[in-house]
Amino acid sequence: MSEYIIKNGNVFDPVQGIRGDKADVAIKDGKIVDKVGSGAKVIDAKGKTVMAGAVEIHAHIAGPKINMGRIYRPEDKLFTCTPTKGIERMGGGASIPTTFKTGYEYAKMGYTTAMEAAMPPLFSRHVHEEIRDTPIIDEGAYPVFGNNWFVLEYLKNQEIENTAAYCAWLLRVTKGYAIKLVNPGGTEAWAWGLNCLSVNDPVPYFDITPAEIIKGLIEANEYLGLPHSMHIHPNNLGNPGCYETTLDTLRLAEGYKAKNKFGREQVMHLTHSQFHSYGGTNWGDFESKAKEITDYVNKNKNITIDTGNVTLDETTTMTADGPFEHHLTGLNHLKWANIDVEVETGSGVVPYIYSPSISVCAIQWAIGLEIALMMKDPMRCYITTDHPNAGPFTRYPRVIKWLMSAKAREAQINAFKHKDKVLSQTSIGTLDREISLYELAQMTRAGPAKSLGLSGMCGGLKPGMDADIAVYNFNPDKPVANPEDIEKAFTRCAHVFKCGVEVITNGELISNGNKRTLWVNAKVKDNPQVMRDINEKFLKYYSMTQANYEALGHHFVPNPYALEVDATQV
Amino acid sequence: MTKTITDVICPFCGTLCDDVEVVVSDDGKQLLEVYNACVIGTEKFLHSQSKDRVTRPRMHQPDGTWKEISYDEAAEYSAQMLAKAKKPLMFGWSSTNCEAQSVGNEIAEITRACCDNTAATCHGTSLIAIQDIGLPSCTLGEIKNRADRVIFWGCNPAHAHPRHMSRYSIFPRGFFTSKGQMSRKMIVVDPRVTDTAKMADVHLQVEQGMDYELLDALRVAFKGEWLPDVVAGIPKEKIREVADMMKSGRFGIIFFGMGVTQSLGKNHNIDAAIAVTKDLNEYTKFSIMPMRGHYNVTGSGEVFGWQFGFPYAVDLTRGFARYNPGDTSTIDLLVRGEVDAMFTIGSDPGAHFPISAVKQFAHIPSVCVDPHLTPTTGVSKLHVPVAFNGVEVGGNCYRMDNVPIDCRKVVEPPEGMLTDEQFLIKVRDRVRQLKGVA
Repeated sequence: MSEYIIKNGNVFDPVQGIRGDKADVAIKDGKIVDKVGSGAKVIDAKGKTVMAGAVEIHAHIAGPKINMGRIYRPEDKLFTCTPTKGIERMGGGASIPTTFKTGYEYAKMGYTTAMEAAMPPLFSRHVHEEIRDTPIIDEGAYPVFGNNWFVLEYLKNQEIENTAAYCAWLLRVTKGYAIKLVNPGGTEAWAWGLNCLSVNDPVPYFDITPAEIIKGLIEANEYLGLPHSMHIHPNNLGNPGCYETTLDTLRLAEGYKAKNKFGREQVMHLTHSQFHSYGGTNWGDFESKAKEITDYVNKNKNITIDTGNVTLDETTTMTADGPFEHHLTGLNHLKWANIDVEVETGSGVVPYIYSPSISVCAIQWAIGLEIALMMKDPMRCYITTDHPNAGPFTRYPRVIKWLMSAKAREAQINAFKHKDKVLSQTSIGTLDREISLYELAQMTRAGPAKSLGLSGMCGGLKPGMDADIAVYNFNPDKPVANPEDIEKAFTRCAHVFKCGVEVITNGELISNGNKRTLWVNAKVKDNPQVMRDINEKFLKYYSMTQANYEALGHHFVPNPYALEVDATQV
Repeated sequence: MTKTITDVICPFCGTLCDDVEVVVSDDGKQLLEVYNACVIGTEKFLHSQSKDRVTRPRMHQPDGTWKEISYDEAAEYSAQMLAKAKKPLMFGWSSTNCEAQSVGNEIAEITRACCDNTAATCHGTSLIAIQDIGLPSCTLGEIKNRADRVIFWGCNPAHAHPRHMSRYSIFPRGFFTSKGQMSRKMIVVDPRVTDTAKMADVHLQVEQGMDYELLDALRVAFKGEWLPDVVAGIPKEKIREVADMMKSGRFGIIFFGMGVTQSLGKNHNIDAAIAVTKDLNEYTKFSIMPMRGHYNVTGSGEVFGWQFGFPYAVDLTRGFARYNPGDTSTIDLLVRGEVDAMFTIGSDPGAHFPISAVKQFAHIPSVCVDPHLTPTTGVSKLHVPVAFNGVEVGGNCYRMDNVPIDCRKVVEPPEGMLTDEQFLIKVRDRVRQLKGVA
């Protein structure tokens, strides 16, 4: 493999504590190394910013509900098509781009790893086909567990070991990465048209509460010692006053400590916190509770979060929170798709327009930014748009602009139709913090990599790590004349390396790299009871046979990378 | 000694049964017996064993005879045809696996073809309606486990999806439906007294072409508003009775077929049916699902969806994907005489398209990739027989509820035969050379 040396760039690497020093980064055999030979190809990064490839911790980019979005929204392709160009396949779509476009857009912005946030286990083969067709970036997928009948039944009897054995089995057969919960219990209730709006609402028939599911899966996760923690989309998403449910959810993590060999410290990851930080009793007195949520998370070190920033775009919402999407279609009267999945989960899709002329949307915008600005430790708060729910991932450069420039935020606030309401219902106007490039590297690289248990592999520039590197046309030594320059610089990289292969030069694709599918192979003690239960559920309640369930073979996972976990000695 | 292979997937209809058992000879070359499959599925498996099967590509000669050629020659002809055409059409894809579809899409992208699948003549109208109003749906196991109201509208699973009712919708004893068919009310809406209708608790014998009116009348009945004495041939008392039956269920499902998608009203019928489903979710839980025909027509829509962004009728001629049914859809392209080459795979438009469209592709260079002899192979210039997908080669397919199931190979194809994917790869590689792309 070729050798490279990226010379004289301003390097930001929280893993090594490098804060913009002029330094060289050397690449050999796909890894970052101390030095390379004189024959190495030189990349001149003088006056540029050098960071590790960014890590996406939560996005909906592959699978049945994303494809439902693509199929049922032809309008999303209007004016967004990109033609075939050299090795670049044609693409289309703004909020739900085609798989090829998804890979290219992430890579061009300097992202080299991304996690699909909700894989319905029954559809894992579909998810993996789309992952296969998303070039360049390494990807993993989180199977959803929070409404799974096995989990509900085991946890009702507090059988943590059986839950863990089942989770390990499901991760293996679906080639999944982490334990994801979406509206625990609520989506099962939705199969009867009902919901669980608090952590104490019992799940119909199963007679278990969301709180018991959440605690049980934290315990199962730590029993196994998985790379990532339990990753949660709590109950009561998106409703005024939902922050109390969120706080109730966060409190469930109290007393738990992370047990794993991957350097992860949290036991709960709260995703798209923006959607869970609402106060008020209705859409009229709707207000921010970002302070209450971040105060709690700031104090409790065993929790990480991501933001879920609203980007003020037309987008397509999609979530395994089936009842929420039904609620949303009742609010905006746009087309509603729903996919309930036997034994396991459900989901829904509804288009949404975050209009800057609507006060609620503007307040949502402010809350997302407040969370990022109020979190004291950038290693525990990551930038996401919950793509495509709060906005497309292609808007990350714009979110970065708002976070790095108070001037840019002010300009946006002044452009809102209901500026006064935004200022009265949130404290965005009082926040003058500007995120530094070092903090940005924490929030988009080192932080999410650590939370995912990948800190030894990506998110940093330490010798020995994968050579995932992004070089931006951004000179940190010069004052920013115009905030727009920030957005421009982070939209298209000067250079991107993925595992030592140069994939992007001057914002253009030059290689499709060699993408990998990340999954977790957790070994547990033989558990005949769980195997028997699985067998029985397939015989009686699934609509397909167990023998056809596994995502197996080259056409699903052509280039797997397994993280090995051994829980046989627990 | 024979071998029994279990958990085999049946490559016939969108029900995609995956519990079939197949007995093969010891050397794995002969398929002897088929268990669990319906009569159509069994026939499909056994048909692969017929002795008169065409095993090599054949060119249609001017005198009407066929001349056997090699796969390389067939790939060369196909590649030349596609590369030279100004607006080639690549149609079908519904009876092959997703891997072959992916390779086909690469070819289409390089040659700037129009791509379409058999939704053109089946559920394309449903897709248009879904794009208008959405689709509250679920997987088939949900119906098995929960549904106590099952409506078949304009479809006849007793004959078209023979194991649908026994595996998923009517007979199985599921988690919350432990009494099987006794737990469910079955409603059939069909102008004919079909074998499915004969089984129903209620058969609404709608006047032909009046489905939209009846669906709207149900919406009115849900709200308890005024109805005329008779709508679509059904007395209002009956409509109210059925409306109450639907509302009073715990979990309901509407399955619909070609009787509504391809009769008067087309996509508007489906708009109304989805609106009925949406309304019912104000009272209880209701879903709706198209009864997809071919075993992987759904998969073709999915692959088009994630690669190009549209489920069917995709036009790549401008170098990026466009979608405008009526303009970019196959029958319209053919009838207007716009395409100058036709590549058909995994479907039989010759038997299902209007004759005006079939005449067109008899006049232009044409290739048909199909293991069977069909009306389409009969009028194509080149017939490329291939291994039976789902019998002689595996590969991923999507059931009517979008659940992917990986088909299994159970026997070897006849000596020297290629699969769809292998043949398409040959064509793709040659097209790349001809077009000078990487």
